Amino acid sequence: MSGKPRLTYFNGRGRMEPVRWLLAAAGVEFEENFLETKEQYEKLIKDGVLLFQQVPLVEIDGMKMVQTRAILSYIAGKYNLYGKDLKERALIDMYVEGITDLMQMILMYPFSPPEAKEKNIESLKERATTRYFPVFEKVLKQHGQDFLVGNKLSWADVQLIEAILAVEEKIPTVLSGFPQLQAFKVRISNVPAIKKFLQPGSQRKPPPDEHYVETVLKTFKK
Amino acid sequence: MAAKPKLHYVNGRGKMESIRWLLAAAGVEFEEQFIEKKEDLEKLRSDGDLLFQQVPMVEIDGMKMVQTRAILAYIAAKYNLYGKDLKERAWIDMYVEGTTDLMGLIMQLIFQTADTREKHLALIIERATTRYFPVYEKVLKSHGQDYLVGNKLSWADVHLLEAILMVEECKADALSAFPLLQAFKGRISNIPTIKKFLQPGSQRKPPPDDKFFASARKIFSF
Repeated sequence: MSGKPRLTYFNGRGRMEPVRWLLAAAGVEFEENFLETKEQYEKLIKDGVLLFQQVPLVEIDGMKMVQTRAILSYIAGKYNLYGKDLKERALIDMYVEGITDLMQMILMYPFSPPEAKEKNIESLKERATTRYFPVFEKVLKQHGQDFLVGNKLSWADVQLIEAILAVEEKIPTVLSGFPQLQAFKVRISNVPAIKKFLQPGSQRKPPPDEHYVETVLKTFKK
Repeated sequence: MAAKPKLHYVNGRGKMESIRWLLAAAGVEFEEQFIEKKEDLEKLRSDGDLLFQQVPMVEIDGMKMVQTRAILAYIAAKYNLYGKDLKERAWIDMYVEGTTDLMGLIMQLIFQTADTREKHLALIIERATTRYFPVYEKVLKSHGQDYLVGNKLSWADVHLLEAILMVEECKADALSAFPLLQAFKGRISNIPTIKKFLQPGSQRKPPPDDKFFASARKIFSF
């Protein structure tokens, strides 16, 4: 019997969080193996389980998958969250790539020096409100449907709500100019599998704190 | 009758080169519209042609596609260079993400100063020869087939050849410890469509020089 997918990563969001979101949205239970020490990481490398010596690692369907995008694409494809044809997939890919660029700013934020942090929040706000959120606001307005692509929940919707919530943690009023996104946020939060993931006690991780940053830096220190 | 894909980018490699490679490998003729000054980019933006205000942008099958990975995935799937099922696609995605990271490192040369350039080149070679090339060498060794995935030419093979040639431009003997990759390079270079692309007069772009860097900096304001 094939086991549940097994995620190996730090006990924190980082690059694994979108994977947790997508599995949760697909209603797929998963196990987690937390990286806490440099020695653990070095053992993973020594055991040859990390294709490019990097995490995230997701053991799924007999594969030791690495590279976040590859993992997410596989999960989306497997659980019908990738559109119905090539063109829908193209739209989903475009939207996801844009959101990933935005999330990259959030990913790097905890590791930026204290003096740069305020400026980084400003950049985040600018990018979110002038480059990314307007696009999705317009998409939703134009077709008037509940989901971004093909009138059906997809990877793009899950990625977008994750991004909205992450940006709101830093800039609580960020959705104030985006009524469609406000409604989208509520709607998608109420999808049962996602609602469950948003409740305390789920495998969703809290925002990164100092302990998380320290653990990551210690693990990758040469 | 479908028009040829039309590529919008600067007249140089950058993020568009992998797309030129893949279309060429697929035997698909394409047109190019070069951004030569800042005003060209601004016009694309103000015309609403760039979803996230960025290039590459490829007009293909009635879409104005942006985001390199989305474009490449669409081309790969359309022209049967994406494996035969979800699992083959997963391996292709993993391998491509690896070569993307490697080529991404090389693309960062544009940001280096005279001081940091040597160190960055050393990092490229170190990563290529200890993190990436060993993986692909091992894959080819493990199945003894001509191509990385599914005994058939795929996006992963085209991307790997592109990466190999780019690394060799940094250090001519970078493949010296990798006999299977040397054979792979010979083999894939001789595929008729790819052989044609490697010949002078094709739409393949030359390595970036200081003049290109200066022009790109002006156009993209960095």
